[in-house]
Amino acid sequence: MTESGPLGIEKCPTAIDGFEFIADGGLPAGRATLVAGSSGSGKTIFSAQFLVEGIRQWGQPGVFVTFEEPPAAIRDNFESLGWPMADWEADRRWAFVDLSPEEDQPEVAGAFDLGALLPRIEHAVHRIGARRLVIDSLGTLYTQFNDRHMVRRALGRLMAAVRRMGVTTLVTAERTEEYGAVARFEVEEFVADSVVLLRNVLEGDKRRRTIEILKMRGTSHQKGEFPFTISNAAGGVSIIPLSAIELNQAASEERASFGVPDLDAMCAGGLLRQSVALVAGPTGTGKSLITSHFLTGDPAERSLLFAFEEGSSQLHRNAAGWDLPFARMEAEGALRIQSVYPETASLEDHLVHMKKAIDHFRPQRVAIDSLSALERVGSDRGFREFLIALVAHLRAQGITTLLTTNTSNLQGGGIASEAQVSSMTDTIILLRYAEQAAQIKRGLVVLKMRGSDQDKAVREFTVTDRGIRVGEPFSASGGSLLGFAEG
Amino acid sequence: MGKYALKLYVTGHTPRSQQAIDNLRGILEAEFADRYELEIIDVLDKPQLAEDEKILATPTLIKELPPPLRRVIGDLSDRDQVLLGLDLRTVGEGQPDTSDGGSHHD
Repeated sequence: MTESGPLGIEKCPTAIDGFEFIADGGLPAGRATLVAGSSGSGKTIFSAQFLVEGIRQWGQPGVFVTFEEPPAAIRDNFESLGWPMADWEADRRWAFVDLSPEEDQPEVAGAFDLGALLPRIEHAVHRIGARRLVIDSLGTLYTQFNDRHMVRRALGRLMAAVRRMGVTTLVTAERTEEYGAVARFEVEEFVADSVVLLRNVLEGDKRRRTIEILKMRGTSHQKGEFPFTISNAAGGVSIIPLSAIELNQAASEERASFGVPDLDAMCAGGLLRQSVALVAGPTGTGKSLITSHFLTGDPAERSLLFAFEEGSSQLHRNAAGWDLPFARMEAEGALRIQSVYPETASLEDHLVHMKKAIDHFRPQRVAIDSLSALERVGSDRGFREFLIALVAHLRAQGITTLLTTNTSNLQGGGIASEAQVSSMTDTIILLRYAEQAAQIKRGLVVLKMRGSDQDKAVREFTVTDRGIRVGEPFSASGGSLLGFAEG
Repeated sequence: MGKYALKLYVTGHTPRSQQAIDNLRGILEAEFADRYELEIIDVLDKPQLAEDEKILATPTLIKELPPPLRRVIGDLSDRDQVLLGLDLRTVGEGQPDTSDGGSHHD
């Protein structure tokens, strides 16, 4: 249930997707961690999910202390994420302590303090045997009571009691700026050991959520900001640990065939298994054709296509025209096509959906046609992070991957994704229009292939009713390629 | 007129708790004699009652009857605020409130 951190402090795993990676195992067990963020940064959901996963994964009951929204409103929110609040409360796996403000301010007739705060929280923790506690959010009392000294004393006593109880605790706090003081009302004085920051930053015209562990009492953690997403599909919060890309780069020397001897020959036998290849070229040069060959190249392998440009029926018609067995493979469960409009979701949500589809279908081959369609959805930085995380996931699964981009120009000046993608790929196949004897023809070149002695010639290819047919090198017949910048 | 039903929530046997109890009894004996019922609840003994009633500050005095429900917090040393907060009148003669200018009849 808990494991020792590198410096001997027990860690409490959260089971929040990706958090264990950035927190090197989880939260400091039996202690409090501050989760600070601006309004709308996801503090409440993040904290609640810590309780939810405690119940789901380890059967640990949790108490949610709310100073802001009343429990009825929180229940509605959480039920919409698929969390069965009513059942959990009935089973004493979840309990609210309702400290939300009263509609009617009570009359004040003399001196008072917040004497019921501790007894109520301690009672709830003991009543259900809670192992996890959330306090949302700590600074709220300052806005309700004018006597700051009284509030400060109460919060000090509360956090001392939390330490005594030894339950793993998340305390949320409001921030007014994304890059400023840790928390409003300086409440970090009460929970100074471990601090997690959630941000919701406007970048261009896109919102981008990140999580950063500022410090974590006596234990190691990853540094810097990591993107995360909140979605119903992911069941709440999902963190994208970019650094995971460094974990595995071991690609096989085996080859994944296109099922087309000419094409395989150009790549020294086929694409490297468990590698990532990029097919780049202007619209209409044949990226979908190459993709379709890749998907059907080995009848013994399962292939998954994420199609962001064309619908499933159009893809089937195309494949049938090239005599490629989409229909049969799909019927046999060897091919799956996920046709999605790029604009229907954020990049983070696309990533979550794609990872789910990959984990569910367990393909040996994955194609994404095209990345350019996805690039429109997010900021440059968001797209880069999406790509890193996706490629890392595909590599981790040992999947052979083919990506496509629409490019008009090879060297410089191209769309941002081209430079980003090419740095992450093992193989780059360029498709170009070429002019020869006053005719526009199509050319293909394998520009880069890690660890292989591939054919470096630019060859003409034609599209037949059996798919691609690769011909002679252009250089041998004096043609010139369009779209290649000289120099 | 029915009896007043009052609950006073305190935290432990502290001087402040005792002061609130003494202050309240003084007011009630002077103004309402035997026309009230007072229950004193220590939230340390009955935290679930405090949860159910959403008590945060102590002492908290709640007037349950007659309606409407009213709350007053503090050690009840401010007698006028207590009476105001509970909709109680200091008149003792039991006369109806006429501050609304008689715009409606009972």
